[in-house]
Amino acid sequence: MEKQNKKAWLYLLPALLFLGAFMVYPLIDVFIYSFEEGYNSAAQTYHGIGFYNYSYVLRDPYFLQALKNTFILVIITVPVSTVLALLISLGLSSITALRKLFQTIYFLPYVTNTLAVGLVFMILFKKTPYSDGLINLLLNLCGMSSIDFIDGSYAAKMFVLCLYTIWIVLPFKILILTSALLSVKQDYYSAARIDGTSRRRIFFRITLPMISPMLFYLVITGFIGAFKAYSDAVALFGTNLNAAEMNTIVGYIYDMLYGDSGGYPSYASAAAILLFFIVLTVTCINLLVSKKHVHYE
Amino acid sequence: MKITLSDITKAFPVRGKKGADVVAVRDFDFTFPDGTLVGLLGPSGCGKSTLLNMICGLLAPTEGHIFFGDSDVTKLPPEARGVGFVFQNYALYPHLTVLQNILFPLQNLKGADKLSKEEMHSRAEEIARLVQIDGFMDRKPGELSGGQQQRVAIARALVKKPRVLLLDEPLSNLDARLRLKTREEIRRIQKETGITTVFVTHDQEEAMSISDTIVVMKDGALLQSGKPQEVYQKPQNLFVSKFLGTPPINVFDGKIKEGKLFIGDAAVLDTPDLENRDVYVAVRPEDFDLCPSGAFVCPVHRIEVMGRDTSIVFSHESADAPVLRALIRTEDIPNTGATVHFSLRRERIHLFDKATEERL
Amino acid sequence: MKNRRLISRILIYALLSLWAIVVLFPFYWMLLTSVKSYASYNTEFIPKFFTLSPTIQNYKDAFSAVPLGDYFINTVIFTVLTTALLLAVAIPAAFAFARMNFRGKNIVFTAFLSLMMIPSELTVITNFVTVTELGMRNSFSGLILPSVMSVFYIYLLKESFSGVPEELYLAAKVDGTSDFRYMFKVMVPICRPTVITVAILKIIECWNAYVWPRLITDNAAYFLVSVGIQEIRENGFGRENIPAMMAAVVVICVPLILLFLLFRDKIMAGVARGGMKG
Repeated sequence: MEKQNKKAWLYLLPALLFLGAFMVYPLIDVFIYSFEEGYNSAAQTYHGIGFYNYSYVLRDPYFLQALKNTFILVIITVPVSTVLALLISLGLSSITALRKLFQTIYFLPYVTNTLAVGLVFMILFKKTPYSDGLINLLLNLCGMSSIDFIDGSYAAKMFVLCLYTIWIVLPFKILILTSALLSVKQDYYSAARIDGTSRRRIFFRITLPMISPMLFYLVITGFIGAFKAYSDAVALFGTNLNAAEMNTIVGYIYDMLYGDSGGYPSYASAAAILLFFIVLTVTCINLLVSKKHVHYE
Repeated sequence: MKITLSDITKAFPVRGKKGADVVAVRDFDFTFPDGTLVGLLGPSGCGKSTLLNMICGLLAPTEGHIFFGDSDVTKLPPEARGVGFVFQNYALYPHLTVLQNILFPLQNLKGADKLSKEEMHSRAEEIARLVQIDGFMDRKPGELSGGQQQRVAIARALVKKPRVLLLDEPLSNLDARLRLKTREEIRRIQKETGITTVFVTHDQEEAMSISDTIVVMKDGALLQSGKPQEVYQKPQNLFVSKFLGTPPINVFDGKIKEGKLFIGDAAVLDTPDLENRDVYVAVRPEDFDLCPSGAFVCPVHRIEVMGRDTSIVFSHESADAPVLRALIRTEDIPNTGATVHFSLRRERIHLFDKATEERL
Repeated sequence: MKNRRLISRILIYALLSLWAIVVLFPFYWMLLTSVKSYASYNTEFIPKFFTLSPTIQNYKDAFSAVPLGDYFINTVIFTVLTTALLLAVAIPAAFAFARMNFRGKNIVFTAFLSLMMIPSELTVITNFVTVTELGMRNSFSGLILPSVMSVFYIYLLKESFSGVPEELYLAAKVDGTSDFRYMFKVMVPICRPTVITVAILKIIECWNAYVWPRLITDNAAYFLVSVGIQEIRENGFGRENIPAMMAAVVVICVPLILLFLLFRDKIMAGVARGGMKG
């Protein structure tokens, strides 16, 4: 076909306008914001350029708290959810009866509103004057005393947050891993079985290498997703996350932008760029590690 | 409507290399006579499909002009030329029914050409009857056999009443039995409509069997054109002689010396009209005469009887192939000795210059 | 040997069922709580696992005491318009990448792909400032416009469009079909499964949107369900009316769960091809 330059650009134009206005321009602008010192959003003025915003954010106890929370969340939920998803997927791929039903059920959290279902978790875990909540009831049955998971100790709150996060991210991981496991060719297993390979060896020598690209994909996206945790925390602890000591980096960014402590897009930008570089670094480390261990066909 | 191609050249730029264009069609000059069925024949990659796409208007020639009748259509887009095009894999819209597929081109018509719904439907039904698919107008292409899909594709190409019908490898996706049937069908439809039709094929048998005229191409250039039988019987060069005919023509290295044609050391024919030179001698399998006193002596491998054909499989040190073939009548089967004697006749063999490969 | 297999089988089903309960229990609990009366819920120091006197009072409260109905309608408007705009913008772009020849195509496409890597956190800040400055806070245009584009969906559509044989396009050209007509009469119908997948994924995304709506709306008249439920939780029924809150949660969750059950395979296939929450 001959060139259709003008017409093609016409077809692309709406997409380019949207992307330019709401992705490309903001991307450039966020860097500029992050270096503009003392930016006043009402007057749109600033009085200098430099790293002050970064040093402010890095010294802000709320940011350090958010950083700590986010890292704990990442370190706990990524491995736990990946291993759990792998176990569940192995179970799923080894059965045929009811598999579809289980898959459907396991996927449900993906399509539910994080904020809404978070409320259910809250009431399950919350200790109120009327009732200690269902979970505490179970703890009591096991001979333990009630814990306030929502307004209580830091560890208890972090525990619920991790639990809810895992509940929310598992559907995606189970979906990916199950289809990866099911797409491993049966021939490999047959061949291994003919050779009398043990189940353990089959898993570590055949299954795991074959699904390693997908597993690795999940680890990377899992890290990225966990670093950007926010709405799960809001769902459990409300919008004032700083007060609950449960803020995340993303939460910190939005609080800087808007709300009671808001109006500081420069600080928010600096925090967002810090987050971006943290995620970038972790992803690069992941890629380096994977080069050694991931088997691509 | 006759189609005139005047010095058509098409060059495709090569990615990353400026100036290093690939020439698909070179200085192509030909007139397709009005109302005839023309087969564009050549090996794959010879530029025949490119040529068809240029006639259609999907590609623009780099140089040269295309005329429909007397009007220059070189710069016109396909829809303004009035062409129907049948693609190799039919390109039927899979989500539309047969009827909707046939109606599709009519619904594009705008302005003065615009048809009413009733006209469109009667047009579609008329053409469906012509190609004999009126029985399954409500089916989707996926529910039809290859041959039926082919007819739908032809119907869709014809429904606009084009001035020219173009078919790209129309039979290549059909199995052998359907191919025979469908090519007769194409012939019938062309005769009934009288539309100037050009079809592209790499199958010489297909081209020879239904075309009024065949055009043999190689490397983007026209080698020879004419009535199928003419081209078969009087190939203008070695390539054409080898490309037409099954089993293939037998080619020997030969030499003209003092009015005699030599193959190997044997003088097989008197050629008083020719000067001394090196030649290729091409002989069709059916053109060998068995003759015990024949001058052309070859070692025999075996006799093959396949259906109505009986052939002698033999070899010759001057031939370009290890195994050669001569078709003979069954009653002429020679006593299977170690050798066979042929006599060659001047009007039944083809001589080509060794250097130019052109007919002498 | 046979016994061992049977035992492992039973164990697998038991564990899978256990996880199924973990997943389903919150849903059961919210349904159950939503039909318990306010009084009975608050008198259960030990929560009961069933109720003998279900009530729909909580649902009435959810729609009357707090403007859940408005939040719901806002979300429907937001979801429908955003998804429609996405399709209107993404389909022609994907078509241009899949079928048209133009200078700079590869560069532009690569640029599009690299935009997929950009986290939304980086763009939200400027978008917030822009929308605020344009006075589009608390408006549908402010909610919708920045939410429309996702490069991933263009990519998904482009892949699908590229799978349609080029001959169909050429055949349409010979018949004088305009690119526009070809796109809508041939390309989109043939690629309907992908178009539907894209639409559903976008609908899920829109329905659950929280961050952007929260930043850009502080007038309850423009709240979407996610922001609304948070508002209900923090300032809602005047007192801790958990059953009514759960009724609101049920109302919010049901449309997507229905959509999921209807289009289960499409959604799961679409998500598996690269959908990520958020």
